[in-house]
Amino acid sequence: MIEPAARSASAEPLLAVENLVVEYGIGGKTIHAVSGVSLEIARGETLGLVGESGCGKSTLGRAILQLRRAVSGRVLFDGEDLSAMHGEELRRMRRRVQLIFQDPIASLNPRRRIGDIVAEPLLIAGTTDPKKRQELVCETLSAVGLDPALVMGRLPHEFSGGQCQRISIARALVLNPEFIVCDEPVSALDVSIRAQILNLLEEMKARFGLTLLFIAHDLAVVKAVSDRVAVMYLGRLCEVGPSEQVFARPAHPYTALLIEAIPVPDPDVRPAETIRVGEPPSPIAPPSGCRFRTRCPRADQLCSDEVPKLRAVAPNQSVACHHPLT
Amino acid sequence: MSGAPLLSVEDVAVDLPTPRGPLRAVDRVDLTLGAGRTLGIVGESGCGKTMLSRVILQLLPKKAKLSGRVMFDGEDLARIDRERLRKLRGRSLAVVFQDPMTSLNPVLTIGTQLIETLQEHLEFDAATARTRSAELLAAVGIPAPEQRLAQYPHQLSGGMRQRVAIAIALSCEPKLLIADEPTTALDVTIQAQILDLLAREQRRRHMAMILITHDLGVVAGRTDEVAVMYAGRVVERAPTPSLFRAMQMPYTEALLAAIPKLDAAPHTPLPAISGRPPDPTRPIKGCSFSPRCRYAVARCHQEKPALTASRSADHHSACFHPIQMTAGVDA
Repeated sequence: MIEPAARSASAEPLLAVENLVVEYGIGGKTIHAVSGVSLEIARGETLGLVGESGCGKSTLGRAILQLRRAVSGRVLFDGEDLSAMHGEELRRMRRRVQLIFQDPIASLNPRRRIGDIVAEPLLIAGTTDPKKRQELVCETLSAVGLDPALVMGRLPHEFSGGQCQRISIARALVLNPEFIVCDEPVSALDVSIRAQILNLLEEMKARFGLTLLFIAHDLAVVKAVSDRVAVMYLGRLCEVGPSEQVFARPAHPYTALLIEAIPVPDPDVRPAETIRVGEPPSPIAPPSGCRFRTRCPRADQLCSDEVPKLRAVAPNQSVACHHPLT
Repeated sequence: MSGAPLLSVEDVAVDLPTPRGPLRAVDRVDLTLGAGRTLGIVGESGCGKTMLSRVILQLLPKKAKLSGRVMFDGEDLARIDRERLRKLRGRSLAVVFQDPMTSLNPVLTIGTQLIETLQEHLEFDAATARTRSAELLAAVGIPAPEQRLAQYPHQLSGGMRQRVAIAIALSCEPKLLIADEPTTALDVTIQAQILDLLAREQRRRHMAMILITHDLGVVAGRTDEVAVMYAGRVVERAPTPSLFRAMQMPYTEALLAAIPKLDAAPHTPLPAISGRPPDPTRPIKGCSFSPRCRYAVARCHQEKPALTASRSADHHSACFHPIQMTAGVDA
């Protein structure tokens, strides 16, 4: 097995996000959705991005794909700055980067046939030969476990959530991309179907040599597929490291809190009734210093005065905390 | 448990007319729940768990056909008149739904909604109802309750809205609270807080609770008994420790195995359940799980197994080949 961390150290990363800042204006106020995030994803790696609703994880995913332009910072894909690209240049780049959405049914046009939905990216990318398109669509649908002959002529409403997510995955794969942002791809699915889709993503990753950014709020799901994991809170990264290591020895109190909150399917494990730490503050007026300090049991004066920087606490594991757990 | 149970669902079936023919949403379900006890109902979308809760609340779609009895505190809810039902609902029978945004009225303040409930069912005067409302909000962990009373649902976060919905449900000291996926729309840290809150209030008020969820993890530490539903039927029912320690039904086992485990190494393939639940308008002759079951034999495809006591008197399963396990669940 290749050590993912070693790989990211040796090779040039496929994706590098540098000090990215994304803000939204709403009613004269500014939402600080992403406030200076830097991360790297190595070729062939899956980086899991976790955090609660409103922490900016989806915005970060969209900003990487330039679906939402950043206020400042850079997104380097294969050495090229996506944030500086426009028009045709960006469109050409987009063949190499794709997105899978959370809601599999809402993300498919209800009035178009599956064959057309999956062929559309090819059409936009300029595959003009209809035969070639048909061939690629059939190939991709088979790869995600659907029978092209049975599904191509049908409409999205004829399919279950799990099957719609397979179709979305096929649509993302049809251009043979290198990098896919998976934005909560299994959150809307039932437990038994979720396992099928997670396994499919893993299979597709191996078969097509993909690099993934896997966004989710469920830590166990993220751990199941990720080499490394990044924990995000109110627009900033708290902790980054190899998944196994982060889950075994979380260094950030927020990571520890997230792990503790997962319901364990074992009646002997009594749920900890100690998680009385309220809710995340508004991203319109985030707390000064460390943004987690209002919920943190370890917070002191330093935490409100100074923004903690992401620094190494263990090999390949970094944490942004003045009082880390390890 | 002594005496008659608080709730007893007896041979309940619900048929819904659809363009593709009748759909049996709940198929001959029997359940009992004693006062102050907690029952977890677990199953995937479309398994009938929400429809079953609607049977108890008598909130079925107009065209639904119900058979069987729903005995609650000595009365058959399926047969009592509207006026009596209206009195019971909200007073002795309360519910918390999955999405607090749709269960709260968006154009009324939190205060109006709470005060209205108290005035309607407990006949409080305005001042008492107002004081009591603020106390209730404080009890469910809402800071600055006095100010919150003047706010509208959209001004609160999802977690706070669910706390308000719980406050309304608890306001009349119900005997039974039905929580239908109360935390599915919430983040994991908020989920833990809401589940803690429900457990605390349930114990404090000695209230019976039905916790409906798709997550076996949610019911594990928080219920006395669990019923697992599949395709409209209860396929396994047992005291919670017994269910997790010695599950009998292959579906329950598969459902538990399919949950990603935190202690598994990354990239471990998950034991997924192949296929998907059967189309409820096309009933299957044999066991409804048989097309997806790895233990199924010819008989499973031909005959429907009844829910019978299998491991002990209180551990029921509907399977011809219950799993024999001695200790622990190892997926």
